[in-house]
Amino acid sequence: MSKYIMPNLQKDKIESYLNKEGKRLDGRTPEEYREITVEDGISKNSASAVRVKIGKTEVLCGVHVALATPYPDSPGEGTFMTNAELHPMASQQFDIGRPGINAIEMSRVIDRGIRESGFLDFKGLCIKEGEKIWQVFVDITAINDDGNLFDAAGLAAIIALGRARMPIYNEKEDKVEGYDDKKGLPLDKDVLSFSMTFHKIGDKIVADVSKDEEAVSKLRVTIAIGDNKGEPRITAMQKGGGAGTINSEDMETILKLAESKWSEMFPKVKEYVFG
Amino acid sequence: MADKGIYTKRNDGRKMDEVRPMTAKVGIVPSADGSASFQTGKTKAIAVVRGPRTLHPQHMQNAQKGVLRVNYGMMPFSVEDRIRPGPNRRSEEISKVTEWALNSVLDLSGFPNTVVDVFVQIPQADAGTRVAGINAAAMALAHAGLPMKQMVSAIGVGKIDKTLVVDLDKYEDSEFHDEEGSTDIPIVLTSRTKEIALLQLDGKISIPEFKAVIELGKKACDDILKVQMDALKNVTGESNE
Repeated sequence: MSKYIMPNLQKDKIESYLNKEGKRLDGRTPEEYREITVEDGISKNSASAVRVKIGKTEVLCGVHVALATPYPDSPGEGTFMTNAELHPMASQQFDIGRPGINAIEMSRVIDRGIRESGFLDFKGLCIKEGEKIWQVFVDITAINDDGNLFDAAGLAAIIALGRARMPIYNEKEDKVEGYDDKKGLPLDKDVLSFSMTFHKIGDKIVADVSKDEEAVSKLRVTIAIGDNKGEPRITAMQKGGGAGTINSEDMETILKLAESKWSEMFPKVKEYVFG
Repeated sequence: MADKGIYTKRNDGRKMDEVRPMTAKVGIVPSADGSASFQTGKTKAIAVVRGPRTLHPQHMQNAQKGVLRVNYGMMPFSVEDRIRPGPNRRSEEISKVTEWALNSVLDLSGFPNTVVDVFVQIPQADAGTRVAGINAAAMALAHAGLPMKQMVSAIGVGKIDKTLVVDLDKYEDSEFHDEEGSTDIPIVLTSRTKEIALLQLDGKISIPEFKAVIELGKKACDDILKVQMDALKNVTGESNE
């Protein structure tokens, strides 16, 4: 991966504008997200496939549901896998080949956020205990990187899961025969969780970074928050973006911001996920 | 020909020499140097051009001209059985024949020691993905402003039992096995000189029939070229396949 090169003048400008004016170069406030758009029906050959854009950052995400045998240690549960590809079409900085650490980290954080929230009912993915289960794949491909692919990918994953159709299982012949358009995945809609990523730029904590802002970030914190009877509950966290420490004051700010952003965005996200 | 065979009607009601409904868009990936999408029926392709940029490692550079590199891939959710991400034998071959086809019209002599990367991705497949990818890639190269001697357009022509058809869908391409079965012939033609820039064949066909295939291909490529040129005149800057 080649490094994203940005003039020092631009770096200074981003930081000083935030510190002095409390605003970002595109006019947004520190906590403001860019416009989010969702489009369905990208591939009719999978259980679901959606396009999610945050500003100009764009990802495609599809869900596949396939037959498998369960793991011996969880004979009554289905399996779940998230895979993210930072494809070189999305950015000058991405290379072809095996997933790099950024793609791996991203898919693992998204995976945890969904898995731990209880959103996906693993027991509901069991067809016959010890013998036959459904395995669920979430595949995310980056199309255009204009910053904050993390949140675009995380949103795309839960939206694609929320809109996925269940395949029809023919038990006699032990095979899948098309999809049941009226039946979705076994989901616990009450515990839906989605992740938000915050960066420290200059002295400020900023949400939904642009590509330039991402390049001057001192640290990154991703928090997945789910609904627990109206109360926000954290389901996954990751401090990323290299070395650098979070002081207690910043942690306080991040949590406060995460909570208020979650309350603001959750109804909208719920609508995206369940249509 | 007295015996017309058993394939007398197409599933979707198309005429035998009719291409599926096409849409093309240029400028779909804002951060790229060139980008385009091409859709025929349910088959969708997107193509992104990055470069010319300095080629590393240095020993791969060509001091006379720029190097074209094509990477074709299907997205995991593009077909009914999930495709594992990453290269496989099929995608490696398609990348290479696509590269040869595009290289026959592209002139990178003004960009020594550089590389032009073309990324082709298939979000949804219903046969004919390599030709859809090439149609998108040709537009993306033009969008990137790279010198091209002429355009290329691509089409899959085929023979279903005894009937010649244009732009095969998945049923015609891989699910029809009766009588003489299905023959699939992807063709790429140059826009001005009508020369063949890519040719592959998978099946059985007589020489007179093959000649007729080329003629059908020419006619279809004329229609496709119109769609490509229209899209290039209307660069959207909006992302959509």
